[in-house]
This record gives sequence, structure tokens and C-alpha cells, in this order.
Amino acid sequence: MLYRETGQFKTSYQSDQALFTITQDRFLVGAILAVAVFLIPFGINDYWSKSILLPFLVFALISLGLNILVGYCGQISLGTGGFMAVGAYSCYKIMTSFPELNLIVVIVLAGLCAAGVGVLFGLPSLRIKGFYLAVATLAAQFFLVWMFNKVPWFYNYEMSQITAPPREVFGVLVTSAEASPAAQYLFMLGFVIVFTWIAMNLVRGRVGRSWMAIRDRDIAAELMGVRPLQTKLTAFAVSSFYVGMGGALVFTIWLGTVEVTETFDILQSSFFVLFAIIIGGLGSILGSFLGAAFMTLMPVVLKVLLVDVVGVIPVTAKHIEFILVGSLIIIFLINEPHGMARMWGIAKEKMRLWPFPY
Amino acid sequence: MKFRTMAIAAASAAAMVAGAGFATVAAAYEYTVPNLVYRTGPYAPNGIPLANGFIDYMNMLNERDGGIDGVKVNVIECETGYNTKVSVECYENLKNEGESGALIFNPHSTGVTYALIPKATADEIPILSMGYGRTSAADGTVFPYIFNFPATYWSQASVFVKYVGAKEGGMDNLKGKKIALVYHNSAYGKEPIKTLEVLAEKYGFELMLLPVDHPGQEQKATWLQVRRGKPDWVFMWGWGVMNQVAIKEAAAIRFPMDHFIGVWWSGSENDVAPAGDAADGYLAGTMHAPGRDFGAIKDIITHVYDKGNGGGDLDRVGEVLYNRGMLEAIFTAQAIRNAVKIHGTKEINGKQLRDGLEVLTVTEESLSADGLSNFMKPFKVTCEDHEGAGLIAIQQWNAKDQKWVLVSDWIEPMTDIVRGLVKEDAGAFAKENNITPRSCS
Repeated sequence: MLYRETGQFKTSYQSDQALFTITQDRFLVGAILAVAVFLIPFGINDYWSKSILLPFLVFALISLGLNILVGYCGQISLGTGGFMAVGAYSCYKIMTSFPELNLIVVIVLAGLCAAGVGVLFGLPSLRIKGFYLAVATLAAQFFLVWMFNKVPWFYNYEMSQITAPPREVFGVLVTSAEASPAAQYLFMLGFVIVFTWIAMNLVRGRVGRSWMAIRDRDIAAELMGVRPLQTKLTAFAVSSFYVGMGGALVFTIWLGTVEVTETFDILQSSFFVLFAIIIGGLGSILGSFLGAAFMTLMPVVLKVLLVDVVGVIPVTAKHIEFILVGSLIIIFLINEPHGMARMWGIAKEKMRLWPFPY
Repeated sequence: MKFRTMAIAAASAAAMVAGAGFATVAAAYEYTVPNLVYRTGPYAPNGIPLANGFIDYMNMLNERDGGIDGVKVNVIECETGYNTKVSVECYENLKNEGESGALIFNPHSTGVTYALIPKATADEIPILSMGYGRTSAADGTVFPYIFNFPATYWSQASVFVKYVGAKEGGMDNLKGKKIALVYHNSAYGKEPIKTLEVLAEKYGFELMLLPVDHPGQEQKATWLQVRRGKPDWVFMWGWGVMNQVAIKEAAAIRFPMDHFIGVWWSGSENDVAPAGDAADGYLAGTMHAPGRDFGAIKDIITHVYDKGNGGGDLDRVGEVLYNRGMLEAIFTAQAIRNAVKIHGTKEINGKQLRDGLEVLTVTEESLSADGLSNFMKPFKVTCEDHEGAGLIAIQQWNAKDQKWVLVSDWIEPMTDIVRGLVKEDAGAFAKENNITPRSCS
């Protein structure tokens, strides 16, 4: 009833190929975008921006990137932190070497640098598969983080902690602490919207279909004429491009300062994002967003609930939080191994049959 | 069915969060002093006494004097786990807390201090990174809201070199000696390198750099290098679990403990205890005396612990890091008193507290008034100098009596060298970030 598609006929090729073919979906996405673009910037403050919206958006972008590689192309990667670091440090080098360059261009260039490095570390994927590939990409994580900490050229021979210099985009300050939360939020949101749109189109087109063919059965895909070399390497390139831009945005917009060993540490980046897409749903755009929301917001929500509402002392709250987040992940995965995106699918199914779901 | 229960649970959780926004109750004016602490994670052994010392002293003031000049102090702890992202979340969450707003932040991590410097400066909230953080923040003209008195890492590194020089029978004998620096491979651990390099060139000793990666539980390779390189002295910039492991490893290769000096964050009871008797003779820098023989601590025991309100265990009161946490609270309280005096109102904000910090003067009289005779040496903060160039002593661990003993005089840092480096680094920071240094006259 609530979600009925009956009677929605597609009468042209154009409407058949639309991103959202169902009226309700179009309406929902339109409403969310309208709130995100026109409403939130007026009510945003530092806390909402720095602690909730920016981390959610940036991790959504990074999860999207990793989902392309893991979810769509089936290549497991544990090098996410390393590729984020490439994005952040190349962004810093480009920003400080060419101060006049527009920040949007800088971030896209940083993504391209990460894409190059991603292709390099993706080469072993042609020979090794599954867990063995995961171990090989782990090398990217450790090597890249070590390199950015070790070679002083990357941090301009100063302290190893890099800080984003103030930069304006279209006359509005977006980096450094003086930037308004609304400007930073809109800048980040712009990236997320544009690149989500690109990803949605990529995965349903020729490139995306060849990724999925490789994922589902590589030998069969090869027999049908999908070239494993190009397909796997484009997946690594596109994925690292997204992850690298994410790293650059973490550095410039969200944190403003980065210490490579901590920010891009394996637990806080590589595993964090991998968990996000597993919980959200592998091979799903929506899943990347839901997973990023779960992983970034759950600790904050639990902290607010336990400390401010229930009145538990902070350290006990932290211990409870460790236990709860861990058990929530397990509960989620037992109830729905295909992630939160699948749960949303089931919810849609129920709404279709409402008020008599079964 | 299952889906419905889950949906209801999610909805009620969301409602509770939304309700939390309106749950604040209006109360009398209080000084809101947030504290970023870590009672969990690999740095907890050091974080716990530090946090307890701070909250106990403030609770003691509330009990004994009814607060500071009659206004209660409200300490709000936020658990960070020594993590920068969580600390930033804590900062944003707490900066507008209470009627006064957050008056001051103690980040308790050099990395977090780096992350908060631009934010706090924009929000006009002072940061007290007492004896840690960015060394060049000692230049108050470029960093108006950041304080790192009573002494910085660079001052401390210069004091260690002076101490070694004295032990070797004169600074000239440093020539040809080899000093190794075992450091936490982060912004914190790398702080002293620049100064030590300058001093190595000046006095002709050889510097050997040995990084240890977070969290520092694995140091076999590092100490193998020490055994091979045979340095005459080892300095250590460590924190958390790293300290204990380093001291145990040093003992395992039989490195002489009295030639092993830790920074003042690597010199507490927790760090030496696991190595047992082998740690006997280990040296560490300090800015204050250890132990319980001070009026302030006796007051804490009477007014807080005897009433059952202590932050931790009574037998850990008086530990090195406990006393340091207490010292942070004492300086904060003094700065609040100064600010109240300057601005003529008890309802101060962060910006006004900054003015109180800039005139902070520690004298023998003020120390004995705070119940801290012989606790530390006097120093003075000014608008230009946020370090105060305090004196630093070396303490030694006595494993038999289980206590730290001061073994040196209070040593003056090589201010001329350190100050030059500070000016240089602060100038570079100002240029990179388009800051015009303010005038202090």
C-alpha cells in the first residue's frame, strides 16, 4: 500500500533507464537531498558538523570507494588506510606547492595520485585471490603509512603532523578552524553527491557489469570476453580514487590536521571501512551510506545516551560502548548477513504489502 | 515481527537522543572545566592518575572553600582513549557547556594539542598543554591561546644534555659520546629531535634515533640496536605501555639504568614497577617533586578521600602523575583567580581566563599558600612567553623503597638556544597560516 509500484508504467527508454525508476524512491531521495542541501546548512553548528555530519559524509564516500572494489569487483582490500594517506599527503603537497590552485581541483588531483598508487598495489590481484590478496594489500597499508612518517619530504621537513593551510573556494573559506560549519558541510556534501551519482552510473554500465562478472565467476567472465587485467585494475583505480579523495577530505575539511600513524591506522581506517561496508551491505550504494552511518554515529549516539541521558560516568560508558558496538555488529550480521541495505529491501517489501505484511 | 521490534527499538533510541538535547537544567553559575582524559586503552596506566589528580583537587576546592572564590568548579570528564578523532568530538561537544562555556582544555596528548590549536584559537578558549604539546606554542605572540608552561620538551632536552655533561665531568667531555633517543613515533616523540640535533652539533656528540611505533609493545629490535650501537646514554620520549616495555627491555640487555633518562612522561611508578628491581636507578626528568608530604595533598585526603569521594584508590595518591594532574588543576585555579581579579567579575569566559593565564606567577609565597612548599621552583608566564622557562630536576627510581627521589639540583634550560628555535618555528607557522603576530607591549 505505502510503497506500491503498480500502475507506474515506463513509456520511454529514458524513463526505463532513470536512476530511480520508482516514484516513491525519487520522492524520498529528492526529499533527503532537499533537506541536506537547503535545510541543514541553516541549522548546523560546529558540533553537528565536526562530530556527526562530516565524519558520516566522508566515510560514506570512502565506503563507496571500497565497496566498488570489494562489493562489486570481489577483490578484498585491507589497504584503505594507506590509500587515504596517499590522498591526504598528496593533497598537502599540492596545496603547499601551488597555493593558488582551487581546492576542488587539488582534491581531485589527490584522488588521482591515490588511484595511481592503487593500481600499483592492485597488480598482485591478477595472480592471487581472496584472503591471499587481502594480505598483499595489507602491505600497502603498512608500507604507505611507514613511508609518510619516515620521509620528511612528504611533510615539508617540519613536524610529522600536517596541517591544512586556509583555502577559499569561490570566495568562501572552507579549510582551517575559521571556516564556517555550513561552508565545510556543503563542500563535503557536494563531493559526496557528485561522486555518488557517478558511482551509481558506473556500476550499472558496462564497467560495473564487467566488475560484477569478475566477482561472480572470474573464469566464466574471461570466457565471455571480460579482460581480467583491465577490469581488476580499473576497479582498483576507481576505488582508490574515491578512497584517496576521502583521505584528502578527512585532512582538509574534517580534521584539518593529520598524523599519519594515528589517523590512517589500520584499525581506525582499513578495518573500520571494511566493517562499514560489510554491515551496510556489500555491492550496494545505499549499503555504503548505511554502513558509514552505523559505524560513525553509533559510538556518538551511545555516548550521548549513556553519559547525558542515563548519567553513567564517562569511563564506564566507554567500556559499555565497546561491548555494545561489538555485540550490535554481531547481532546485525546474524540477523541479516547481507547487511543493512538488505534490511531496507525487506522493509520496502513489507511496506508494499502493508497493512498485511507477512 | 522481528522487524517491528527492531523498528520500535530504533525509534525509541532516536527519541531518547532527541530528548537529551532538552535535558539541560539551569543551575547556579559554575566554572566549567572540561578534562579530556583516557581511562581506557594502551595509555590508560598513565592517563588514570593524571585524571584523578585533576578532579580530586577541584573537588577538594569545592569541599574545602566552596569552589574558587565561592563559585563551584564543575569538572566534566570526556573519555578519549588517547584518540584524536574522539578528542575533537569531545572538544566540540563541551566547548559551549555550562553558563561560562568551557574555560580551558587540557588535551593530555601532543597530537590532540596540535589538532586543537587552530580550533581553540578561533573559539578563544585557552589550552593548557602543561609540559607537552607544540613546543613553539611557547611564543605567545603567534599562539595567543596556547600555554605550555612550566617548561617545554626542548627545554627538557637541553637540561638532559646539561645533566649528562655534568656527569661526564664537563660539557667538553661530550665530544665523541653517543646518545640514543628512543621515541614514540609520533608528533610527540619527534618533538625533541630538532633541539638534540642542534646540541649534538654544538657539543660534538653523536645522536642515534630509534623510533618505536604506537603503542610500543614490541621493542626487541629497538633494543637490539641499542646493544649493537653501544650508546653511552639513552634518552626516552615514551608514553603509556611503551615506557614499561622499554625499561624491561633495557634491563634485559643490562643497559645501566643510571644512564637511561626518560622524559617526564616516562617517569612514573607505573612505568618502572613492571621491571621490578631491575629498574632500580632509572632516571627521569620532572617539573615537580613526587610524594605526599604537601599540604595540598593532605587536604585532598581529608576533604575528598576521607569522605569517600576520591577519583581513584587512596594508595595511589601522591604518585608522580597524580601530582602532575593536581598541578594542572592548581594552575587552572590560580588563573581563574587572576582573571576574576583583572576583569572584576566572577562570571568569566575562556577569553578572560586567557588573560589570567598570561599573568600567572608562581613564587615561593604562592606555592606555600597553595600548600606546595618545596614542590617546584618559581616561574612566570608573560604575554610573549607562554613557557615560563621553569626549572627542571632529574629524579631517580629507588626500587627497594619503591619511590622516586630527586637526585639533581633544579637545572636551568639552555634558554638562549631553545628560545631561538621557538621563534624560528613559530615564525614559520605564522607565515604558513597567514597569522600576524600580535604585539605584547
